[in-house]
Amino acid sequence: MNQIATPEATAPVRSMNAGLFDGSSREHLSIEDEVIAITVDKLDLYYGADRALKSVSMKIPSKRVTAFIGPSGCGKSTLLRCFNRMNDLVDNCRIEGSINLHGENIYAKGVDVAELRRRIGMVFQKPNPFPKTIYENVAYGLRLQGVNDKQVLDEVVERSLKGVALWDEVKDRLQSNAFGLSGGQQQRLVIARAIAIEPEVLLLDEPTSALDPISTAKIEELIEELKEQFTIIIVTHNMQQAARVSDFTAYMYLGELIEFSDTRKLFVSPDQKATEDYITGRYG
Amino acid sequence: MKQWWKSGAPWIWLNGGAVSISIIMVFGLLALILVRGFGHFWPHSLVSTTYVQPNGEQVEVIGQLRKSETLTAQSLRDAGLKLPEEQRLVTRHLFKLANRDVTGRDFSYMVENFLGEWTYPKDITAFERREWGDFYGQPLRLLERGEVVASGDGVWPALQERLQRSNRIFDEVRKIERVEIGNINFRLERVRLDQRRAELRGELNDALRAQFDERRRALNTEYEELQERLNALIADMRRDAVVMRVAGGKEVTVGLNTIVKAWQPNNMSVIAKVGFYIEAFYDFMFGFPREANTEGGIFPAIFGTVVMVLVMSIIVTPFGVLAAIYLREYAKQGPLLKAIRISVYNLAGVPSIVFGVFGLGFFVYVLGGAIDSAFYPEALPAPTFGTPGLFWASLTLALLTLPVVIVSTEEGLSRIPSTIRMGSLALGATKGETLWKVVVPLATPAMMTGLILAIARAAGEVAPLMLVGVVKLAPTLPIDGNFPFIHLERKIMHLGFHIYDVGFQSPHAEAAEALVYATALILVLLIVLLNLSAISIRNHLREKFRAESD
Repeated sequence: MNQIATPEATAPVRSMNAGLFDGSSREHLSIEDEVIAITVDKLDLYYGADRALKSVSMKIPSKRVTAFIGPSGCGKSTLLRCFNRMNDLVDNCRIEGSINLHGENIYAKGVDVAELRRRIGMVFQKPNPFPKTIYENVAYGLRLQGVNDKQVLDEVVERSLKGVALWDEVKDRLQSNAFGLSGGQQQRLVIARAIAIEPEVLLLDEPTSALDPISTAKIEELIEELKEQFTIIIVTHNMQQAARVSDFTAYMYLGELIEFSDTRKLFVSPDQKATEDYITGRYG
Repeated sequence: MKQWWKSGAPWIWLNGGAVSISIIMVFGLLALILVRGFGHFWPHSLVSTTYVQPNGEQVEVIGQLRKSETLTAQSLRDAGLKLPEEQRLVTRHLFKLANRDVTGRDFSYMVENFLGEWTYPKDITAFERREWGDFYGQPLRLLERGEVVASGDGVWPALQERLQRSNRIFDEVRKIERVEIGNINFRLERVRLDQRRAELRGELNDALRAQFDERRRALNTEYEELQERLNALIADMRRDAVVMRVAGGKEVTVGLNTIVKAWQPNNMSVIAKVGFYIEAFYDFMFGFPREANTEGGIFPAIFGTVVMVLVMSIIVTPFGVLAAIYLREYAKQGPLLKAIRISVYNLAGVPSIVFGVFGLGFFVYVLGGAIDSAFYPEALPAPTFGTPGLFWASLTLALLTLPVVIVSTEEGLSRIPSTIRMGSLALGATKGETLWKVVVPLATPAMMTGLILAIARAAGEVAPLMLVGVVKLAPTLPIDGNFPFIHLERKIMHLGFHIYDVGFQSPHAEAAEALVYATALILVLLIVLLNLSAISIRNHLREKFRAESD
């Protein structure tokens, strides 16, 4: 990639990044003004002897979209999975440091992981609906909590599907198999499934990387709407996407958090040379 | 040549050849069974001819041509037959002569040189009898209580009519014997067991004893009434008889009560023969065996095989699936698990007779014996479960096929994408919830695959069954109208064992040959049918989970 962007090209690229925000209503934000949902403090994560995250500390604001960007293998997905303790499923994974959700350490002893995951929902890279009907997919989380009242379920299913703008497309075939939906619809369905249980935080792990541009645009619109209700953290490979949807952006490299600031600042005038190299395409 | 070799064409030929040889073998086998087995029920024409025996005596022959073979004349000359010097090849025919009770031999080889002209008289009549095999002859007179009621051409129509009557009576007799008297015996036995149980518990007093006697007396009265009715029916059935002229001119009287059916093959149109064929095949499928299994139908064997396979499926599926889930999902991966897995896989390679021995030694004697002393002490010393029976046969087969189910289920579970599990866990499901609500339903097609393989293996297995519950002739079916309806302790008949028994343990090898093929065909068809139904269930499930499973 470093052949593509020569030093001469730097200036135009920078102005292009600035252009990303032309006409955007996005104001300058400051983390100091935000309500903090999650505080990460000196987090180290080891896979066996490999140190995948190196002393990461950050504050994630509530009801905002925070994007994690960085090259493959930089640890952004790993960090995301720490928030709902998905890394617990990896055999030789070990964590030091702490993550506080509204002041509670989620890695403290006695934390109910299932309960934690109910509060922090997650959407994966590839759409992963269950082999059930559309209705049952959305109702799955509620049924796990023992909600079986038909009326309540109907209401939540409708609200969730409307929330992801899928209701009109599927309202006539709620009882058909979810596998019959297109990839983009499936991804919106799993987002509906995640928001049906009303989590506080929604983790999106490259939610559009398997989708076509039109579906991607729909999901991005959706993210914009969802941040009214949820704290959203999104991992993405696509820097334009990060610029478009996020309020704050973290750039990670080799397990370290290089820079974290409001999105506009990070894209237009990053503090770090490494960040600038990456967003201008000179990363190597 | 070198070019051809390099082009890879030889490989294609080699691989294609292997496939075609396999296909030819499979279809050849099926065709052989089909022709030999299905030919048996066709009403073949009956030949009337003469034969000059080696001692110069000429005899009349009535029989059905079974097969013809060509031999060298020398081999027969060595056996002492006088054949012309210049003749080098001889044709020899095998005739079924029937009339086993009259002549003592129902099959005979005859050399063509000494046979007279072959004719097919229309009045030659064949009987299928309840005993002594078939009967061939020409009807002369029909008797009712010894009085002649028809003769000459009038015999055949009258015979058919009266045969229907006697068969109707026979069915009634059979019903009384099998069902009604069977029920009374069953209830009498229960009274005996109830009394014995009371005795063992020390609760038996005079009042109770009187009560048992009363029950027994009522049943005995019922039994005597039935017996009387039975005797009347049997006497009625014996009313008619037919006088037949057999080959050689001797007259033989055949009671209509001994005849199952009668036909005149030389006098039948093709359509009549097809009708006869279908009826004969139906009788074979749904009739009960007679004459040491060499005559009659194979219904109890079909029924026994199906019930046994179903009971086996009910045992092996949950057991295998649960074991596979534990091995794949919960057990800690390590050397111990590896050892267990290797042991399970190797279990599939253990010879089936070893399972039979284990089943007999452990299931039947140890487990069955324990069950008997715990739950059926009143029946002892006669064993209830402590003897080979349906349940033990199914359990042994379940053990035999367990590895197949475990392996397929494990493979199915390992193919479920981890993203689906993650999706469930991320919604706050525990591991168990994820397994039962998402993963296991997705793996059901793989479980069905395991079950299909298990059924295919189990339905064809014979060796272990001989030790743990299959018998030559079971007096009762494992399912009937007596509580508790499914009698897991009863012995059963089985198609595979039936083939072995009829083909190799019967006194009339030639008579049995066709039955062996026919039974083999039914067994193959049955396995195909069981497999097809399992496959269709699996395809249905696959359709349901199309996108994410195999």
